[in-house]
Amino acid sequence: MKKDIICIVCPKGCMIHVDYDENGINSMEGYSCKRGIDYATAEILSPTRMITSSVKIDNAKYTVCPVKTSCPVNKDKIQDVMKNICCVQVQAPVKQGDVIIKDVCGTGADIIATQTLEEEKQL
Amino acid sequence: MPIHACWGGTRVVKEFNLVIIGGGPAGMAAALEAYALGIKDIAILERDDSLGGILKQCIHNGFGLHVFKEELTGPEYALRFSEKIKDTDITVLLNTMVINAEKNKTLYAVNPDFGFMTIKAKAVILAMGCRERSRGALRIPGANVAGIFTAGTAQRFVNMEGILPGTKAVILGSGDIGLIMARRMTLEGIKVLGVYEIMDYPGGLTRNIVQCLDDFNIPLHLSTTIVKIHGIGRVTGVTTAKVDKNMIPIKGTEEYVECDTLLLSVGLIPENELTEQMGVGMYQVTGGAYVDQDLETDTEGIFACGNVLHVHDLVDYVTMEGQKAARSAKAYIDESMEQKKTKPEIKVVPGNGLRYVLPQHIYLKDNDEKIRVFFRSKARYKDVLVRALINNEVIAKKKVIRLIPSEMESVEIKASDLYIKTDNGINLKDLVIEVEQ
Ligand SMILES: Cc1cc2nc3c(=O)[nH]c(=O)nc-3n(C[C@H](O)[C@H](O)[C@H](O)COP(=O)(O)OP(=O)(O)OC[C@H]3O[C@@H](n4cnc5c(N)ncnc54)[C@H](O)[C@@H]3O)c2cc1C
Ligand code: SF4
Repeated sequence: MKKDIICIVCPKGCMIHVDYDENGINSMEGYSCKRGIDYATAEILSPTRMITSSVKIDNAKYTVCPVKTSCPVNKDKIQDVMKNICCVQVQAPVKQGDVIIKDVCGTGADIIATQTLEEEKQL
Repeated sequence: MPIHACWGGTRVVKEFNLVIIGGGPAGMAAALEAYALGIKDIAILERDDSLGGILKQCIHNGFGLHVFKEELTGPEYALRFSEKIKDTDITVLLNTMVINAEKNKTLYAVNPDFGFMTIKAKAVILAMGCRERSRGALRIPGANVAGIFTAGTAQRFVNMEGILPGTKAVILGSGDIGLIMARRMTLEGIKVLGVYEIMDYPGGLTRNIVQCLDDFNIPLHLSTTIVKIHGIGRVTGVTTAKVDKNMIPIKGTEEYVECDTLLLSVGLIPENELTEQMGVGMYQVTGGAYVDQDLETDTEGIFACGNVLHVHDLVDYVTMEGQKAARSAKAYIDESMEQKKTKPEIKVVPGNGLRYVLPQHIYLKDNDEKIRVFFRSKARYKDVLVRALINNEVIAKKKVIRLIPSEMESVEIKASDLYIKTDNGINLKDLVIEVEQ
């Protein structure tokens, strides 16, 4: 199989052509440095992404609280992780760094709050 | 309080040494730097209900690689500053909108606690950020219907208010905010049908094209625009068309796309109504104030930084600019700033290939100061040399691997070089920054 990958590690943005099959990568061309090889290898073998989203929050100034994965997770897991995030409802106060979901979908990553939201007294 | 007590704007609430208008990353960085330098009586006036500016709604990561050497989300980046401000005696007035200002640094503001306020400052730092270009600025013909949002408005709805703008969306413009929103809406279950870009190259970062569009198979249509919006009451669809190299829609290439939401990601405009009311001189191309190397406007003691001065793509540079404005304000307040206005002055002008430069003028000083001149290009270049010329002599050069309009670049110039090359400030010529042909 062949795949063209634009390297995003530095602004040069090399187009890397990769030839690969089930056993791994056969050849690669178009990169200008080793970082490009590493990036393209990871993109083919196990691409990962940080996920940022939001969860519902009660008793806060806003109705949602932003969250992120504590580390990049496998790209195929994005939909599963999103489904989990959608079901969660937290209560204010929440502090940035608080763990909202531990080890989400068995990815090893936690979902953590990225904002501090105080409890707002309801009238 | 009887209403007449604040009628007429005579009620002076307080005098400050330094007033910063806007509590986004630029304003917060300026305030903290000013505080660290020992300026007493600093105030931040912010119209929103908390500090952070636009960062509060930018919940994606990618902020702070230069300043903190790690990738933070927007709210996290903002918290690094707002938490520190809490530990200082900087006065933070929230829900406070500055509605008018005068050249003598008298500001008029309103907030729910004090009503109408008159605030006097020794020095002012403008940090009001920018707003998005809206449909009106684009003049797209068609129905005047609901369902058309700027990408940033939709971002605030989704990321702060928890409201989804629609179910099937089309995005016009491939700026980073539009790309980020394409991913964000997809994750929230909205079908994003495509991103349409009038230019023949994408406006946003490659990283965002890959991670926001390609990852989700969202098509990017280059050299394509929207020529008509359809609907009654709410958007029901748009007509797209290819454009020729003069960006005129090509007849026969029209396509109808059914959607209930249209997001516009077509650029930002510095928010400078106040600046203009103050009578501060503006620079047409950036839409921001005309500034010197100290980020001082043509009005003494008024400085500008962040998106209100020129639109930035990276928040890290906004932070650094805010800090710089604070250092200049400190010198001004202490009266230690050299009487520069009596010094010879040269203009900095964009030459071949460049759209704008900042600062736009430099006061000549014979010292070892290093002056960083920021610029943006008009077109895309690969592997070029950008040079600084005065009196036809090259005084600085920089190799740039990739120069594109959406990414700001800079070149450093030595003040002493300018001094020498102008025969000690006698033979004044413009400093030209250009792409070498
Ligand atoms: C939607 C969006 C996405 C972005 N994504 C990224 C990214 O991924 N990575 C990155 O590095 N950069 C990103 N940026 C760029 C970066 O976030 C901005 O350049 C930066 O936030 C600008 O900071 P600022 O302080 O100049 O303006 P702002 O953050 O806009 O702050 C200005 C503040 O001034 C206040 N204000 C304005 N007028 C008044 C008034 N009259 N009275 C009182 N207060 C007033 C406003 O309420 C606001 O809080 C993004 C920008 C936007 C708009
Ligand atoms: S391959 Fe190397 S030079 Fe090319 S874009 Fe990637 S990091 Fe940059």
